[in-house]
Amino acid sequence: MSASTDLLATGARQRRGRRRIVNRIMLGLAGGAAVVAIIPLAWIIAYVFVQGIQAISLEFFTGLPTPVGVPGGGIANAIVGSIITVGLGLLLAAPVGMLVGFYASARPRSRASIAIRFITDTVAGVPSIVMGIFAYTIVVLPQGHFSAFSGGVVLAFIMLPIIIRSTEEMLKLVPGALREGSLALGAPEWRTTWRVLLPAAMSGIVTGLMLAIARAAGEAAPMLFTAFGNPNMSTDLEQPIATLPHTIFVYANSPYPDWQAKAWGTALVLIVLVLVLNILARSLVGWRSRGMGAVR
Amino acid sequence: MTFTSLPRPRASAPMGRLRALWQHGDGPFRIILIGASLLVLLLVLGIGAALWLNSDLSRQAFGFTFLWNTTWDPVKGIFGAFPFLYGTLVTSFLALLFAVPLGLGAAIFLAELAPTWIRVPVGLLVELLAAVPSVVFGLWGLFVFVPVIVKPLGIALNTSLGFLPLFAGPVYGPSRLAAGLLLAIMVLPTITAISRDVFRAIPAAQREGSLALGATRWETVRRVLIPYGRSGIFGAIILGLSRALGETIAVTMVIGNNLDLTPSLLHPGYTMASVIANEFTEATTPLYVSALIEIGLVLFVMTLIVNAIAQLLIHRVGATVHA
Repeated sequence: MSASTDLLATGARQRRGRRRIVNRIMLGLAGGAAVVAIIPLAWIIAYVFVQGIQAISLEFFTGLPTPVGVPGGGIANAIVGSIITVGLGLLLAAPVGMLVGFYASARPRSRASIAIRFITDTVAGVPSIVMGIFAYTIVVLPQGHFSAFSGGVVLAFIMLPIIIRSTEEMLKLVPGALREGSLALGAPEWRTTWRVLLPAAMSGIVTGLMLAIARAAGEAAPMLFTAFGNPNMSTDLEQPIATLPHTIFVYANSPYPDWQAKAWGTALVLIVLVLVLNILARSLVGWRSRGMGAVR
Repeated sequence: MTFTSLPRPRASAPMGRLRALWQHGDGPFRIILIGASLLVLLLVLGIGAALWLNSDLSRQAFGFTFLWNTTWDPVKGIFGAFPFLYGTLVTSFLALLFAVPLGLGAAIFLAELAPTWIRVPVGLLVELLAAVPSVVFGLWGLFVFVPVIVKPLGIALNTSLGFLPLFAGPVYGPSRLAAGLLLAIMVLPTITAISRDVFRAIPAAQREGSLALGATRWETVRRVLIPYGRSGIFGAIILGLSRALGETIAVTMVIGNNLDLTPSLLHPGYTMASVIANEFTEATTPLYVSALIEIGLVLFVMTLIVNAIAQLLIHRVGATVHA
């Protein structure tokens, strides 16, 4: 009997040893996966910085594109174009997105709110290239020409779900007592929203707007057949216009080394813009706050 | 301020009804809110309708054979979407093949193992990776990732496993493999961040119970946490799939844009999104444009279905976790 318990004990000990080893291996692999996951980020950012910094000069920000082989020149037209299209998109999307966010957060468990959330997430999942075709059919086709306006419209569609969801999430964080207190004092719903909820959730809503801007500023695909690109400086909403991501795409696919160098320079400008917006946005709502994921 | 106006004169019946509608401004406010919300619904319906109407020519000409017809010949006016459907499915599958184990591993590490001083900055880095624009991935992919990693990897695979049709030569840099691997990097943050959130939403009692019974950390993860968060994790994966299906610019820059229908991963390919990006502005005939829009329609429907599934799964885990 004592022999058999001994045997059992040995078996259990061996099993425990093996379980411990498996534990170590699998947890080690999980840690390794985390390392592998952040290597590309470090690599991309480092490479863009090293390559991009060589193309950057004051003229890069103030000059216009030069023909192949002509030294100098810059991307002023693309910077202006990105500001115009993203600004127009924000102008179109922010009011609507915030209103929908108000509506969905007022009664979060109602059927209407659940439906809005579902539809919003569906819109967020539509590929940007499909959004581009949509804008092409409703703006470019009727007008008969590519335009900065149509680019702004696409970016509005892309920003809309981000703004809705962040407004909603941030309003949900406002303590219910604030809203109830305001309503109990006799303020109507619209005044409560405008004077109480909006100020209380402002930093969160601004965060959402910044994430939306960061996302829209990087969209190249839908620009191919809406804003279209323009080698000249243009501020006309009715004319084709250059944008930063589209400029990268065109320069990167060219066979000329000096254009490729400009692609890296433009990428540096874009990535700094996007990362700064993201980091600012996160620091506004606190580093640890979740649910504002950049997750698309 | 309002006290003076409290004793209101009695209004006539139509005025009363008007006041009931007005509700101190809340009536119009609610109408505006509902109107804005309907705009979002209208957007989804509008996309579907616009794609459907504008692909009319192509749908009439080819019907459902559009989906499995392998010929794409703009000159002869024959359009079949199969080469693109095939490329999209192959590259998305490849992306998930690499991104799912890596993403889950990283999520387990971030949610269960890492101390706060690692978890917060690494979590932030992962989310920043999700924010890098697609065109920057494409640029890096074209000039760095493909020549430095993918091409040598392709040559190694071809010399060792070249007898398999999957790794048949000749070896190109831009290829389905390049697109699949780049997509894996791009969907990795999506899968990691969402499944990390799923793990962190699981009540501590689940872990403690398992550990108290003598299970190791890994056994707890595998036997308790993964089954508990199953639908949320699956939702995260599906959401990653949705992003891979619709990814355009980065794929266009590294896949080689080639119509050949070969099984080899080392061969250049084409995807639905990249053919739209490449050929839309060059499409000269109405039928050509219509066929490209129909590809957009197919892509739209695919991502719609995939997204709906993902949301139902993630929503369900949210409901069970918060219940």
